[in-house]
Amino acid sequence: MALPEGWEMVVGLEVHTELKTATKLFCGCENAFGSEPNSRVCPVCLGLPGSLPVLNERAVELAMAIGIALHCTIAPSTFHRKNYFYPDMPKDYQISQYDLPINARGYLDLPDGSRVTIERAHLEEDTGKTTHLGGSGRIHGADRSLVDYNRSGVPLVEIVSGPDIRTPEQARAYAAELRGILIATGASDGRMEEGSMRIDANVSVRKSGDPFGTRCEIKNLNSLRSLTRAIEYEALRQIDVIEDGGTIRQETRHWDEVAGETSTMRTKEEAEDYRYFLEPDLVELAPEQAWQDRVRDGLGPMPAARRATLAALLSDPQPAQLDAIEVVVDLSLDDYVHAAHEAGADVAIALARAANEIAANIDGRANLTPSAFSHTVLMEQRGELSATQAKTVLGDLLTSGGDPVAIAAARGFEQLSADSLADTVATLIVENPDEWQRYREGDDKLAQFFIGLVMKATRGQANGKAVIAELQQRR
Amino acid sequence: MTTAREIARRVNDGASAVEELERSLAVITERNAELNVFLHVDEEGAYAAAEAVDRAVAAGQNAGALAGVPVALKDNMCTRGVPTTCSSKILEGWRPPYNATVVDRLLAAGAVPVGKTNLDEFAMGSSTENSAFGPTRNPLDPARVPGGSSGGSAAAVAAGMTPLSLGSDTGGSIRQPAALCGIVGVKPTYGSVSRYGLIAFASSLDQIGPFAVTVEDAAVLLEVISGHDPLDSTSLPEPAFSLLSSLESGVAGKRVGLVRELVAGSDEDVERAVARAADVLKEAGATLVEMSIPELTLGLSAYYLIAPAEASSNLARYDGVRYGLRIDADDVASMNEATRTAGFGPEVKRRIMLGTYALSAGYFDAYYGQALKVRTQMIAAFSRAYADVDFLLGATTPSVAFEFGTKTKDPMAMYLNDVFTIPTNLSGDAAISVPFGTGEANLPVGVQLLGPGRSEPTLFAAARVLEKAEGR
Repeated sequence: MALPEGWEMVVGLEVHTELKTATKLFCGCENAFGSEPNSRVCPVCLGLPGSLPVLNERAVELAMAIGIALHCTIAPSTFHRKNYFYPDMPKDYQISQYDLPINARGYLDLPDGSRVTIERAHLEEDTGKTTHLGGSGRIHGADRSLVDYNRSGVPLVEIVSGPDIRTPEQARAYAAELRGILIATGASDGRMEEGSMRIDANVSVRKSGDPFGTRCEIKNLNSLRSLTRAIEYEALRQIDVIEDGGTIRQETRHWDEVAGETSTMRTKEEAEDYRYFLEPDLVELAPEQAWQDRVRDGLGPMPAARRATLAALLSDPQPAQLDAIEVVVDLSLDDYVHAAHEAGADVAIALARAANEIAANIDGRANLTPSAFSHTVLMEQRGELSATQAKTVLGDLLTSGGDPVAIAAARGFEQLSADSLADTVATLIVENPDEWQRYREGDDKLAQFFIGLVMKATRGQANGKAVIAELQQRR
Repeated sequence: MTTAREIARRVNDGASAVEELERSLAVITERNAELNVFLHVDEEGAYAAAEAVDRAVAAGQNAGALAGVPVALKDNMCTRGVPTTCSSKILEGWRPPYNATVVDRLLAAGAVPVGKTNLDEFAMGSSTENSAFGPTRNPLDPARVPGGSSGGSAAAVAAGMTPLSLGSDTGGSIRQPAALCGIVGVKPTYGSVSRYGLIAFASSLDQIGPFAVTVEDAAVLLEVISGHDPLDSTSLPEPAFSLLSSLESGVAGKRVGLVRELVAGSDEDVERAVARAADVLKEAGATLVEMSIPELTLGLSAYYLIAPAEASSNLARYDGVRYGLRIDADDVASMNEATRTAGFGPEVKRRIMLGTYALSAGYFDAYYGQALKVRTQMIAAFSRAYADVDFLLGATTPSVAFEFGTKTKDPMAMYLNDVFTIPTNLSGDAAISVPFGTGEANLPVGVQLLGPGRSEPTLFAAARVLEKAEGR
């Protein structure tokens, strides 16, 4: 995307991620998505009179893991109350971290080499969920509002970037890389569609070299696609306003995915006064160094390191292979590729099969063992399966598991014996003397002609590479 | 009246807990209509608890330190299935699905909770006149207030309805009514007694504590309810107090601070009582140290910013959405407003507004922030004093029980009732009020013993010295 000549966008992102803890942030209720409404609640997460919060130790560990992965400083921190009335907030205040967050001042390096600073990554509790029936579907004008408090008290970490992002693509790359880190730390499952990762974008524009302009905060960005579209729309809108002689008002705007535009939610003047003050029901959170070290030691490699490890397996990584590596790491398919490599398989084939076939049926991953995957890649590599056949075998493995050799046999993908292939090739050479002569004289294109005939004669069971080897031997 | 210690002793020896309960219920039946002490008497739950104690004793078990002792609970402590109102219309009819930790500990010790007592709405007040369900009368003189906010719990013990009761003390709400009703009241060290299930007024100041006729009974009750609770993050990592073992250890060799600011402005009868208490302690072997802690005079102002600020947030949840009163309206915001307008009384509204203002952008530093600084100074001042002396002596309240309506017109006059008690809440330390002689109209006077955090054993022993000097 290009902004009009001379303009630049300045973007900072606030990413909320739900932590994958067994229980909620301040009580023992199960932290799970998609249960019967109001079935996972107790006096604490319903904010009943007299109830008190007790901080979840695992949530603190996951928050520290995020901070460590983002190169933040972990510091003694406190909790505050953010006061405002809303029906899905049982206490009519949210417990959040304010001036002293658990993680501060880090950074995230993106695959393109750029660095985005992280201002903070703090802990807070999620609210319940309101469904408005009738009217516009928003709270005003609704006939009824139903509240489900299952999500109330679910632990969140809010990760606030510096205003370092300059293009929608970079914003997307940042969100994708952050998502990878959240998954790698075990903090989140990164499922944007279930709301376990939600993004707000602060967008302003300026003439290159000018100071920052007035920013607008865009809410409701629930996919990477929404993120890039909304930022682009908003930057262009702001430029239009300024070029028409207007000024940008600081405000919160809502992204409408269907209309593809942002609209005013509330202006700065209408902004709530949250009356933050120190939460008197909780004490200071000061994780001792030994605890921080245990979390640090328990962390596996982050996506950037994992991409580098995979790339190092290739002697001369090609762009398509680097793309495949990105997909493999993004989907956490590294184990398959490493298993194939250790089994002596070709890494390029393994990458391609993982990034395409496994990625296409990611939920089938549970059925596919790394060893079955490696075996399939090896069969393809040795010519025992054609590429098409290997893809089919992988598809079957992803659907229902099993042994690749047995699947190939059941599918009739038995290896065409070398003798049988030699006989077929010999017969076809005799039947097509002119083409054979031209091939012998160096017209390599005719190899495809013979492969086609072999495939036809063997009903696709031959391996293309094996046919070429046979032809070359006779040349 | 029989002490709780005596009841527990004889019930454990085979006397019937049900009969003890019936004695208690008979007094309640006789006097509650006049005094308005109990908002709810839970006969069913009480009989069940008493019968369980009798079964345990019959089965040869020790039924606990409070076996068969009827106990009254201030109606801001959650009781499972039993109405809990905070004396507010906004919670009328609400039945908590859980017990406060103190209630479970009482039951585990064999106590028999008989019902819920009246209080100033959400514990905001010093006379129990702010209850939505009418004031409680002082059993010693029904024309006078019992003090507050735990006026109902104090009156229950003073009227002989129950030998023990629990109150909560945010700025003096146990000690002041104890003094006005002529009984013992304790504000334990912050974090010693779990707040889980105590409906919050000002979370950083609230603390549950005992009322009893004797120092020894107050000690047993505090032993039962104190000790770490994992459900309260501000609960200290300490075991329950051990108080009875040192109850008779006296004050010999102790240094006692006689603090000018803890008596200043009191009526003459109150001043005389404090002076006499000082003499008694001295005769018992303590050294008196006259001292001044000027920071204490700032307590009231700081308190009336900090407590309302926390209250404005704690009371936000009463919005008509989930429980309690709901006044229907066209949209959610109007429903919230209509519900809160109808549900809260004038003093609660006054404090919510004060607190909201104190926390607002642009005013925070000048009000709430400033109050926090005063609080820090107060803590430092107490700590300097406690480096020199073991405990402090002062008045609990500036006067004996006052008549109804005399201070309701002027909130500041009412607030001044807590001038001696508030500093201990701000510092998080411990204090106890012991009845010591009488004043105007032959009404009881309370003197206050204040000590550093976890000094309860020392304070109880000193209180026992004063009690003995009174021939009890």
